[in-house]
Amino acid sequence: MERLVVESLNHSYGFTEILKDINFELNEGEVLSIVGPSGGGKTTLLHLCAGLLDVEEGEIKNSFQSSAFTFQEPRLLPWKNVIDNIALGLLAKGADKNEALEKSQQIAIQFGLEKKDFHKFPKDLSGGMKQRVSFSRALVIKPSLLFLDEPFSALDIGLKQELQTHLIELIHQKALTILFITHDLMEAIRLSDRILLLKAEPGRIVKHFKYELPQMQRDNEYIYKESAKILLDQQIIETFELGIK
Amino acid sequence: MKFLLKIIKDFPAYLWSGWGALASIFLFIACWDLGAQLYGELVLPSPLKTFATLSEMLQSEKVWAEIIITTKRAFFGFLISAVIGSVLGLIAGLFATASMMSRPIVTILMGMPPIAWIVLAMIWFGMSDNTIIFTIVVASFPLVFVGALQGTRTIEDDLKEMCDSFHLPPLMKLTNLYFPHIFSYIFPAWVSALGMSWKIVVMAELLASNNGVGAMLANARAQLDTPTALALVVVMIGTLMLIEYVILEPIKREVELWRD
Ligand SMILES: Nc1ncnc2c1ncn2[C@@H]1O[C@H](COP(=O)(O)OP(=O)(O)OP(=O)(O)O)[C@@H](O)[C@H]1O
Ligand SMILES: [Mg+2]
Repeated sequence: MERLVVESLNHSYGFTEILKDINFELNEGEVLSIVGPSGGGKTTLLHLCAGLLDVEEGEIKNSFQSSAFTFQEPRLLPWKNVIDNIALGLLAKGADKNEALEKSQQIAIQFGLEKKDFHKFPKDLSGGMKQRVSFSRALVIKPSLLFLDEPFSALDIGLKQELQTHLIELIHQKALTILFITHDLMEAIRLSDRILLLKAEPGRIVKHFKYELPQMQRDNEYIYKESAKILLDQQIIETFELGIK
Repeated sequence: MKFLLKIIKDFPAYLWSGWGALASIFLFIACWDLGAQLYGELVLPSPLKTFATLSEMLQSEKVWAEIIITTKRAFFGFLISAVIGSVLGLIAGLFATASMMSRPIVTILMGMPPIAWIVLAMIWFGMSDNTIIFTIVVASFPLVFVGALQGTRTIEDDLKEMCDSFHLPPLMKLTNLYFPHIFSYIFPAWVSALGMSWKIVVMAELLASNNGVGAMLANARAQLDTPTALALVVVMIGTLMLIEYVILEPIKREVELWRD
C-alpha cells in the first residue's frame, strides 16, 4: 500500500523554529487536512512532504507513485497560455503533445474555464481563473497523491463547492489521496477523513479529529453540526485565539 | 511558422498606429525648414535641398557600395557582441560569484567613452576593418551582457519550485522556464545593441577608415558640403528607423504579448 509517513520532523529557518516534532501518517485513499493559524508553518510542512524543501531533522517516507502540487499562489508560467500551462505536467511525463493538449482542454472545461479563455495569458485571467488553471494542471496528470495548499481561497462559494464535489467524487472512487491545507474549518470537515490541528510558534500538532462518515454522505446539516462542535473545542479556541475577551 | 503568420497579420494594424509618429516627423521637418530660412543654406540646408541631394546620391552605385560596407561592419560587430554577450551573460548569471565579479568590469566598459576605444583600437589595429569592428563590439557587448545576466538572475524561485514539483526534465525546464524568461530580457538588449552598433560604426569610420558612410561624412566636412553631410545623416537615421520599426518592433510585439 502507498503511504506517506512523517516521523519526528523538525524544521527551522535560521534560528527560528518553525516545525517541532511532527508525526503523522497518510494512507492510500485518505484525505488528511492540516488546519492552523496563518504563519504556523503549514506551507513549510507541505513543501517538506512534497520534497520541495530538504528535510533537516526527522524523516519523511513517501511511497506514492506520483504526486502533484497546487501552491498557495497559482504559479503559472506567464509566457504560456491557459492550455499550455495545464499541459505542463503531462508533457513533463513524456505524454504525446496532441494528447496532452486534448486532455488539458477537457479538464479546463470540467473546472469551469471557457473555450474563449484557452488562449489567454495569465496576465489576462482573474485570480479565481488562475487558481482553476493551477488546479487543472495538478489534476490532469492523475496523481496518486495530491498536495493542496489552500487551493480554494480565491474562488467564489459556488465554484468552491463545484471543485470540492469533484474531489469528493475522486475520493469516493478511491482514486486519490490528499494532503490538504486550509484555514477554513468547514471546508476541512467537508473533505477530510482526519484533521490535524497545527498550533503556531513553533508549529506542532496538538489535536486530531476523525470523521468516519463517507464524504459522499455528508450533507450541509452534518457539516454545520460538526463545525459548531469543533468550534467549541478548547484546543481550537486556543490555537485560533477565538476566545472573546 | 504560426508565429510568423501572426506577425504578418498584425502588421497593417501596427502600420496604422504609425500615423502619430509620421505627424511628429513632419512637424520636425517643418521646424528644420524654418531653421534653414533663418540661418541660410550654408549652415543648415533646407529639407528640400537635403532630400534632393539624397535622391541624387542614391542614384550612384558608389554611394550604395559605401552604405553596404557600413551596414556589413555594423551588422558584423553587432553579431559578435550579441553572441558573446548572450553566452557570457548567461554563464555569469548562473553563478553568483561570476556575476559579482563581472559587475565592475561591465561598469568600466559602459563608462568608457567609445571615442577612447577608437583611439586605442587605431593604435592596436591601424586603419583597418578590425579597428571599427573592435570598437563596435566593445561598445555594444556590455549592453547584451547585462541583459543576459539580469535575465538569468531574475528567474523566480517560485516558478523553479513549481517546475520541480512537476519533475520537469532539465531540457524542458530550460525551454519552458529559462529561455522564455531570459529572452524577454535579452531581446530588448539586442535592440539597443544594434542601435549602438549603428552609431558607433559611423563614428569609427569617420576617424579610422577611408570608406563607408562615416568616411563620406568626413569628406563632406572637409569640403564644407553641408547638404551631403545632412543627406548622410538622413541615410543613417532612415536605416536605423527602418530596421527598428519595420523589423524589430513587430517581432517584439509578438514575442512579448504575454507581458503587461
Ligand atoms: N524561505 C523562508 N525563509 C525564512 N522564513 C520563512 C521562509 N518561508 C516561511 N518562513 C517563515 O516560516 C513561518 C511559517 O510559514 P508558512 O508559509 O509555512 O506558514 P503558513 O502556515 O503556510 O501560513 P499561511 O496560512 O499564511 O499560508 C512564517 O513565520 C514565515 O515567516
Ligand atoms: Mg501557507
